[in-house]
Amino acid sequence: MNLQLTEEQELVIAMVRRFVRDEILPLELALDPDAEELDPEDNARLVAMTKEMGLYGLDIPPEFGGPDIDLVTRTLMAVEMAQHRAGLYVPCYGTFGGAGLAQLFEATPEQQEKYLFPTLRGEKRGFFGLSEPSGGSDPARAIQTKAVRDGDDWVINGGKLWISGADKAQYGLVFARTANDKGRDGVTCFIVDTDTPGFSVRRIVHTLRSARYATELSFEDMRVPASNILGELNKGFAIANDRLTKQRIPYAAGCIGVAIKAQEMALEYVPQRETFGAPLSSRQSIQWMLVDNEIDIKQSLWLTLEAAAKAERGEPFRKEAAIAKLVATEAGGRVVDRCMQMFGGLGVAKDLPFERWYREMRIRRIGEGPSEVQRHVIARELLGSSLR
Amino acid sequence: MSIRLEKDWVAGEDAVQRLAGNLGVYQLANAQGQILFIGYAGGNSAFGLKGVVRQALEDQADAAWVRWEVNTAYMSRYKELLMIHEHDHGVLPPRNTPMALGKLRPAG
Repeated sequence: MNLQLTEEQELVIAMVRRFVRDEILPLELALDPDAEELDPEDNARLVAMTKEMGLYGLDIPPEFGGPDIDLVTRTLMAVEMAQHRAGLYVPCYGTFGGAGLAQLFEATPEQQEKYLFPTLRGEKRGFFGLSEPSGGSDPARAIQTKAVRDGDDWVINGGKLWISGADKAQYGLVFARTANDKGRDGVTCFIVDTDTPGFSVRRIVHTLRSARYATELSFEDMRVPASNILGELNKGFAIANDRLTKQRIPYAAGCIGVAIKAQEMALEYVPQRETFGAPLSSRQSIQWMLVDNEIDIKQSLWLTLEAAAKAERGEPFRKEAAIAKLVATEAGGRVVDRCMQMFGGLGVAKDLPFERWYREMRIRRIGEGPSEVQRHVIARELLGSSLR
Repeated sequence: MSIRLEKDWVAGEDAVQRLAGNLGVYQLANAQGQILFIGYAGGNSAFGLKGVVRQALEDQADAAWVRWEVNTAYMSRYKELLMIHEHDHGVLPPRNTPMALGKLRPAG
C-alpha cells in the first residue's frame, strides 16, 4: 500500500490550496460572516479561473465533459476547498461548479436532454427531494408522499422537509410511494418540474446553518407524466441509497478541511497569546488539545481516503463510507470546539470563523444520516443484512 | 407561525431609541405604510440593528416606520422576507437592489 501522494496529486492540491488562500480568503474578509455567495462579478472571475485550471465541474464524468479526476484526488481537493469560513457548506462558494444531480447521468436520453444537459450548461438547477417530516434517516419506511397512476400520468400528494435549493430549482427528484409495500420496493423517483401546478415551496426552515438553507415543500395533486420516472417503477430506493452512500465521502472531507484550518489557526495563535507571563503554547492543557486535534484530523483523513480508494477501485465501500462520515463529522466538531476554547472570547465572536464552523459542524452529525445510523450501517455490514 | 414579519410598526425615532445591538432583520415603510426596504444587521454591523436602522433612516428620508425581528439566522430570514414580499407584491421593495432569489409559495 502506497501512502505517498503522486506528483500529479501534489500539483493539483497545491493549485487548489493557492486558489483558496489567494482568491477566496481575501474576498471572504469583506463579506458578512454568514454569507453564502460571492459578488456576481467575483464569482464569474473565479469560475473563469477554475475553468482555466481545468478543474471546473469536478463531479461531471469525463464522458459528459468533466475533468477526469479520481476519487482520492477529488477527496483531497474537497479537503482543501473547505478551508475557509463558508467552506463547510459552500466550498469555494461553488466556483468549482457542480455536477447537478448525479442520478441524471443514468437517465433516459430524453430526460438527459431536458434536465441534465441544461444543468451542465448552468441553465437549470435541480433539488433532491427525499426527506419528509416523518423522517429522513430511514427513507424506505418514512416516505409517505404518495403517487397514484392516472392514465399516462402520476398524481403526487405529500410533502418534503429539509430540502436545499428547491426554491431556486427548475426541477427536482421527488421520491414517492407508488406501491402499498411499506419498505424499499414501493418507492419511485420522479423528475418534477417546479412550475407544475400543485408544487409549492412553503417556507424556509431556519437552522444553525448559514448557507444552503433548507425548505419545506408541499405537493397537492401534482400531475407528473410517467415518462418522468427516473429509473424503474418501485426501484427508487436504490437511487436514493446509492446517493446517500457516495455523498458520505465528500461530506466527511469537508469536515476534515475545516478541522485542518481551525488547527492551523490555533497553532499560529497559541505561541503569541500570553497568560500569566507565558505563551499559551507552553501550557500542557493547550498542548494536549492540539495533540488531540492532530489525532482526530489524521484518523479522519486516512479513514476517508480509504473509503475513497475503495470506491475508486469499484469495491464495496458502504462500511468504509459510513466509518468516514461518522468519524470525520464527530472529530471535526471536537477540533473546532477545542480551537474555540484556545481562542477564548475571540473564538465565539463573529470576527473569526469558529462560531460559524461550530454551528454548521453540529449539523454534520445529523445530515446525510446521523451518527447513530452510520453505526447501524456499520453493524449491519459486520453482522449481516438480517440486522434490522 | 407566520413567516411574514407581522410585528407592530414603530415610528423611526422611537425605533432607534428602542433598538439594541442585536443581529436581525428589519423593514422600512413610508408614511403610507408601503414597504420601501428590507434589510438586515449582520455580524459585521456596528451596533447591530440599532446602528443599521439608524443609518438606513438617515439615508432614506421618506422612511417613517420601522419594524424588526431579532434573529441570529438573519441571512436566511432576510432572503425569506424578500421572497415573501416578491410573492405578495410581484416585485421587491423599491429600495432593494435586484438579486437572484428563490420562489416561495407560502400557505395563506
